[in-house]
Amino acid sequence: MVGKTEPVNGSVKQAAMSSSSSNPSRSDLLSSTFSLKSLKLKTKQQELLIRVSILCLVYILAFITRLFSVLRYESMIHEFDPYFNYRTTLFLTQKGFYEFWNWFDSESWYPLGRIIGGTLYPGLMVTAALIYWTLRLLRFAVHIREVCVLTAPFFASNTTLVAYFFGKEIWDSGAGLVAAALIAICPGYISRSVAGSYDNEGVAIFALLLTFYLFVKAVNTGSLAWALASAFGYFYMVSAWGGYVFIINLIPLYVLVLLITGRYSMRLYVAYNCMYVLGMLLAMQIRFVGFQHVQSGEHMAAMGVFFLMQVFYFLDWVKYMLSDTKMFQDFLRITVTCAVVAGAIALGVGTASGYISPWTGRFYSLLDPTYAKDHIPIIASVSEHQPTAWSSFMFDFHILLFLFPAGLYFCFKRLSDATIFIVMYGLTSMYFAGVMVRLILVATPAVCLISAIAVSATIKNLTSLIRTKSKTALTTSTKGSSGSKASSKASLDQSQPFQKNGAIALLFGAFYLLSRYVSHCTWVTSEAYSSPSIVLAARGAHGRVIFDDYREAYFWLRQNTPPDAKVMSWWDYGYQITAMGNRTVIVDNNTWNNTHIATVGRAMSSYEDEAYEIMRSLDVDYVLVVFGGVTGYSSDDINKFLWMVRIGGGVFPVIKEHDYLVNGEYRVDKGAAPKMLNCLMYKLSYYRFGELVTEYGKPSGYDRARGVEIGNKDIKLEYLEEAFTTSNWIVRIYKVKPPKNRW
Amino acid sequence: MAKFLLYITLTISLLPFLAISFSPEIPTDRRVLVLLDDFAVKSSHSLFFDSLKSRGFELEFKLADDPNIGLQRYGQYLYDALVLFCPSVERFGGSINVASIADFVDSGHDLIIAADTNASDLIREISTESGVDFDENAAAMVIDHTGYAVSNTDGDHTLIASDDLIKSDVILGSKNIEAPVLFQGIGHSVNPANSLVLQVLAASPSSYSANPQSKLSSPPSLTGSAISLVSVIQARNNARIVVAGSLSMFSNRFFRSGVQKAGSSTKYQKSGNEEFLTELSKWVFHERGHLKALNVRHHKVGESDEPSMYRISDDLDYSVEIYEWSGTSWEPYVTNDVQLQFYMMSPYVLKTLSTDKKGLYSTSFKVPDVYGVFQFKVEYQRLGYTSLSLSKQIPVRPFRHNEYERFLPAAYPYYGASFSMMVGFFIFTVVHLYSK
Repeated sequence: MVGKTEPVNGSVKQAAMSSSSSNPSRSDLLSSTFSLKSLKLKTKQQELLIRVSILCLVYILAFITRLFSVLRYESMIHEFDPYFNYRTTLFLTQKGFYEFWNWFDSESWYPLGRIIGGTLYPGLMVTAALIYWTLRLLRFAVHIREVCVLTAPFFASNTTLVAYFFGKEIWDSGAGLVAAALIAICPGYISRSVAGSYDNEGVAIFALLLTFYLFVKAVNTGSLAWALASAFGYFYMVSAWGGYVFIINLIPLYVLVLLITGRYSMRLYVAYNCMYVLGMLLAMQIRFVGFQHVQSGEHMAAMGVFFLMQVFYFLDWVKYMLSDTKMFQDFLRITVTCAVVAGAIALGVGTASGYISPWTGRFYSLLDPTYAKDHIPIIASVSEHQPTAWSSFMFDFHILLFLFPAGLYFCFKRLSDATIFIVMYGLTSMYFAGVMVRLILVATPAVCLISAIAVSATIKNLTSLIRTKSKTALTTSTKGSSGSKASSKASLDQSQPFQKNGAIALLFGAFYLLSRYVSHCTWVTSEAYSSPSIVLAARGAHGRVIFDDYREAYFWLRQNTPPDAKVMSWWDYGYQITAMGNRTVIVDNNTWNNTHIATVGRAMSSYEDEAYEIMRSLDVDYVLVVFGGVTGYSSDDINKFLWMVRIGGGVFPVIKEHDYLVNGEYRVDKGAAPKMLNCLMYKLSYYRFGELVTEYGKPSGYDRARGVEIGNKDIKLEYLEEAFTTSNWIVRIYKVKPPKNRW
Repeated sequence: MAKFLLYITLTISLLPFLAISFSPEIPTDRRVLVLLDDFAVKSSHSLFFDSLKSRGFELEFKLADDPNIGLQRYGQYLYDALVLFCPSVERFGGSINVASIADFVDSGHDLIIAADTNASDLIREISTESGVDFDENAAAMVIDHTGYAVSNTDGDHTLIASDDLIKSDVILGSKNIEAPVLFQGIGHSVNPANSLVLQVLAASPSSYSANPQSKLSSPPSLTGSAISLVSVIQARNNARIVVAGSLSMFSNRFFRSGVQKAGSSTKYQKSGNEEFLTELSKWVFHERGHLKALNVRHHKVGESDEPSMYRISDDLDYSVEIYEWSGTSWEPYVTNDVQLQFYMMSPYVLKTLSTDKKGLYSTSFKVPDVYGVFQFKVEYQRLGYTSLSLSKQIPVRPFRHNEYERFLPAAYPYYGASFSMMVGFFIFTVVHLYSK
């Protein structure tokens, strides 16, 4: 399997390692524990001990490096989506699985409601609930919040184990170890898996890598059992994250590449068919996915490849039965034509009749990065859906960005089914990472694995260079292949001193780079990715200043408004309001109904009297806006306002973007468009702001987030009244007045 | 205009108390403050006041500029209703001002405003707050050269005999007022933006509003039946307001005088003023036309407990009790046009409630096949009656996973296919393995 194609520069040591890696590691483990009694360990056992202890350390490191956020702030759920996941997990642990499965939530998307059980990926919640129940069973009295906070770090640790086995499977155990170490601290992954970031991706990356590993294992062994395991891995992935579509398209693509390159084998046939059929059947058990595997355009590639496999198998069989080559050629031509025509007709009829749904907007926007910007503002409005900047690649991958091509080179040097897979995974996911910021996450495991190959292979070559010089003293392995030994000796003889010094220098260089990587990752984790974003921190004159305005506002809502009050806000805050404020919201982060969001966008960008009619028709009691003008918090509603206008205008043509623009830009100062100065969002954000001096030496009403003095300082509200403004003005809540009594 | 009422929540929250002891609430006003320019009005308008007193009202007469008057003390209102017979007051004494009168109305109390020619700015402002605008020309009077009342001193035709009354039994009583109503004073117009104000007594099409002393130099701003002589407003909280352009129409002299409309040969011994204003005062003080709804109930057919949530295609019963205040007791309200909406952004079900003539209105229907947060809505707004606006929120959920049919008849071919496949596979396996 792995060591089948021995590279020319492969050394004695590598051969030894790869042969050891081919042994079942469990028996190694057992033998090592037994032989520990006799203090003198054999080399192989020493190597195993080192490997196991490195893995343990990596496992722990992956967990603790993600705890910065807990130390800096507190054990809390971060950001937006995690609040929904937390709320549903709480519901699951309180009411049980069936209630959760059938949960109709009347508190969100008022008045439409949302069938939670049928519109979420339950994997994360079920995982957390299982951990919670297990801990309770073991008499650990933990709160479900603690479990939720620590789920992502826990699964990140598990991912390092999978990365080790995956690396071992595609290269050798050394690469596996390096991969585990790299992925443990890679910022691209940490960004989504710090403690408190209780989101689907936390467990999904584990599931994704596990599925890939098991599938590659199945392809390598041709074993039904591994294929079955891979199908279950896929099932877990489907239950956890919508990114499973990547798997169900990458694996067929991989199979297709193998077919084209003539690497079709029985192992591949068994692995893919078993994985696809069982994985598909299992995935249909998830309500949110349902029949998409047979009905949606995104899943058709897998089905096409499935049928192609059967055609291949059939042709193989016919070839075996027919001895006549010419007859087989004719038969091949007819069969392939028929299969292609039948497939095309089936696809055409299915699409035309509406049985096969067309690709969704998100899928299109992956293939064509400009699609969302032109057609679907609601997708384009999400910051994590933006195309990736170069700097964020550097930020998230650091040296891996340079090691990645090197790793690809090594993979091409030693092509096997497994390395083809990792190359394809790496290349496709890098493309997607370039399309959307958030998909850097998907690329991270591939980048780590391929880089690990580069690091491991390079270091191994360098060390072998150094070690072969003094091989009389150091030779421990006697079973190396004599051919490679001879070749390395031959090369050694030519330029021994120079090579040795060069190798040492390069080793130090590699060590330096890797240590830079570690410090960069730790710095990024600590500075950039451990902020809960619901509690803001700033450096003030007297140390750190904490802005806890969000929670202040949500608890105000919880304590001071009637239980059936409806709160209108931009959809970003919907999940937080329902989870922390326990109040009904009009729209939330599950952006399933564009019209409803557009209605809110329209209300926010209309004049107050028009907005009042919209709010009355939606029974809105309170309006919540986020405002950063006092603190300089830039991701507030005024900066998001262009999306409200665009999304609102996309559905209601009365909202025209150019009414709000002056020379093509949004302004809030005196030069702003009159409609901008009088729309609801502007009024609610800047109400009473004109009286306030925010910065010394600046006029009153100086907006620190945008650095301008506002244009409309005298704002009168007719249909709303200020109900609550948090201490730093970040969240402002307004009450919608009842209709006038005498008019 | 959007028809929502805050008071629904109040009504619903009061329901338990209302159900235990029926009708603790007596909507008719009891204590009335009458503000006068001059105590002479007390005697010159005694017929009107006596009719109020005889119906049980406690009238308290004060001069409008009395420094000791006040509408509330320690946060409690001292009066249920206010009568402003002080058209020329420039400034109230005590703590009363325009805002406090507006608050008085907004907290559910009633108001009668009688203006007159040369009505003060204060009275005009209070009227404007209520959606009624008096003629801006302070000296203007309503003049009608064809519909004037024939009198001994034939003068400037400012004494009008009007019979253009609103047709509403609720406001003006079931007895038809035959004699024209005498009016002498300033006209007003109702603000078209205000949907709550109604003309009760309109001027005739030939009338106009101008200063009778001076020559008409420019066209009058108010003409024809757009001129309202007496208007009523029922606020959203069911507070009622009467605005009259004439104080003298309440006077004993007008009550007693005979009337003959110009051009008509019929001469009535007594003008319609007494009947008209008495009936109107019954309405404005909630002796008539006051409805209340209670015991809103809904449940599934065959059950009696109110569920917290319905499922799509449930059959449900809805009932509500509606009573009308007769002045002394709550009587069942009988009508056939109360409608129920099952509402989510638009009505999905609209049904007319059937009544058992004892105040109970009920219906039953099937929940539509749409899930979401619905409302049971009764929006009952009829001329003169207090508006009923009941809404009760109820979520409707889809089927649970185990509420669907287990076996669909239409799917039997598929069941057959899958089971035969399983059996076939089993047989094939056995044959394949053991047929050597």
